Amino acid sequence: MSTPILQVERVSKRFGNVVALREVSMSVHPGQVTCLLGDNGAGKSTLIQILAGVHRPSSGRYLVDGEPVDFGSPRDALARGIATVYQDLAMIPLLSIWRNFFLGAEPCVGTGPFRRIDTARCERIVREELGRLGVQLRDPAQPVGTLSGGERQAVAIARAIHFGARVLILDEPTAALGVKQAGVVLRYIAKAREQGVGVVFITHNPHHAYPIGDRFVILRRGEVQGDHGRRDIRLEDLAEMMAGGEELKRLAHELDRAPAANGAAG
Amino acid sequence: MSAGAGTDDVPALAADSPARPVAAGRPAGFRRILGRPEVGAAVGALLIWLVFAVAAGPAFRSLEGTAAVLNAAAPLGVLAVAVALLMIAGEFDLSVGSIIGFAGMTIMLLTRHFDWSLWPAIGAAVLLSLAIGFGNGYLVVRTGLPSFIVTLGTLFAFRGLTIAVSRLLTRRTQLGGLDEVAGYGPAQTIFGSEVLGPLRVSIVWWIALAALATWVLLRTRFGNWIFAAGGAPEAARKMGVPVARVKIALFMTTATAACLVAVLQVVRFTGADALRGEQQEFRAIIAVVIGGTLLTGGYGSAIGAVLGALIFGMVQQGIVITGVDADWFQVFLGVMLVAAVVFNNFVRRRASEAR
Repeated sequence: MSTPILQVERVSKRFGNVVALREVSMSVHPGQVTCLLGDNGAGKSTLIQILAGVHRPSSGRYLVDGEPVDFGSPRDALARGIATVYQDLAMIPLLSIWRNFFLGAEPCVGTGPFRRIDTARCERIVREELGRLGVQLRDPAQPVGTLSGGERQAVAIARAIHFGARVLILDEPTAALGVKQAGVVLRYIAKAREQGVGVVFITHNPHHAYPIGDRFVILRRGEVQGDHGRRDIRLEDLAEMMAGGEELKRLAHELDRAPAANGAAG
Repeated sequence: MSAGAGTDDVPALAADSPARPVAAGRPAGFRRILGRPEVGAAVGALLIWLVFAVAAGPAFRSLEGTAAVLNAAAPLGVLAVAVALLMIAGEFDLSVGSIIGFAGMTIMLLTRHFDWSLWPAIGAAVLLSLAIGFGNGYLVVRTGLPSFIVTLGTLFAFRGLTIAVSRLLTRRTQLGGLDEVAGYGPAQTIFGSEVLGPLRVSIVWWIALAALATWVLLRTRFGNWIFAAGGAPEAARKMGVPVARVKIALFMTTATAACLVAVLQVVRFTGADALRGEQQEFRAIIAVVIGGTLLTGGYGSAIGAVLGALIFGMVQQGIVITGVDADWFQVFLGVMLVAAVVFNNFVRRRASEAR
């Protein structure tokens, strides 16, 4: 297999006496989706923040295109094409789609006092980039607030790709969404993968991860509990590993009036 | 994943043409106009004009009547356009009222008491106003306190300072005789003359500033940042927008606009009063809100502020011409304000909810 775009080797992170991550290794290849699964407190956020350049690992190596890197800020990570789409999406609901898309990096034409945003170009690019994800925009000037949660994710993903992301780190993009909208987002992720982008998809829902993932890394209490290729694992195993099989069984026993409820999410 | 499967499940955008024939059938340009913040104010202005055109008769519709409306609206309009930009960025400036008095008295004291000629005095007033604006903005972004409180403080402080200093130096709070000062002639042409019959030059300033503000808001990066700073400052910061700098620049803009209003009035009336500009801060906010700008920021327009000021002028003059007791002016304004806020809230909800 090719060199991973992004790779961490035995990375640990300590905050004072607290060990948030212990010897975590994982990799992301172009055109592949690596799912990072874990319950709350499993260390997902810490790992994302290391990948995104927010924190430096206490030990271990972080490689981009096979070269060791040392990111001091998210800006450094972005410069190497590693973009993070956080849950709040950094979007302004009342602002139009194209204004959000180019916020802080507006392309301009003209000089001096006549320097102005190239709105026609903005609208065209937004249409094109979202079209690549399979979203046909009615009007790039409509406020982002009028979009559904899934579509907002699409705008954020398209924005990251347009500004040169080769690796997309998606922080729980499906967490706040209903079943249908979550499915829509999974399609956008698939489209991003088709464009050759490497994706780190963070979720605690194995039912969202399984249909899209090429690789599944399960984190538990700051350690990698499992790292599986798609062919090596079934959805049931994934779900069981995620919840911790024992805990699930105990819960099922406890709630034995409605044992089916645990599986209802899928 | 096949492309066919990709389209049938994407709800609002891709697959909505058959489900939403109304939205699909309407031309995009028309829908965009309906989505503008100032639509409500435009309709309101038209209705109010019609009401007075009928109730007040030809005196309101004549050139003189129109001039009276526009002349009354112009100074407020200058102020409201700047305040609109600041309010879109999510901040208030209550100090503009006292800056009008402060800048006016600064010019009068420098010229009449310290024998400066007019132009340097105007320059000094502009610089001092910029400094006050910078102070307001710096305090707000540095302390994170609501600008409402910070500028309420500067409102009182500068009103008091203006009265105290002018009394200390001249024993008076009203000064006149600017027309005897060197440089008054050209200043009178630029700030105090009539350009077309009874229409004052202040109307030109008003329109020019509104055009400039609209250009900045809709066509420049800075304008985009103004909306972003008011709409969601945290998200804006994450996207690299210098929110603090944007806000400070806008506080300096409102202070400068207040100074311009002072210059227009001082030159026109050849004198100043330390109390001038009282309540202008509230009138400007009312005009801006009537114009469709949200109190919470992130949404609004300079054209809306123009229409808000225009409504102010029409009601003020219309009531006089109709012969209704002028006391009713404030009642009307209060009702307009509340109605506008209710309407704006409705618009905001429409704009920020998934369709």
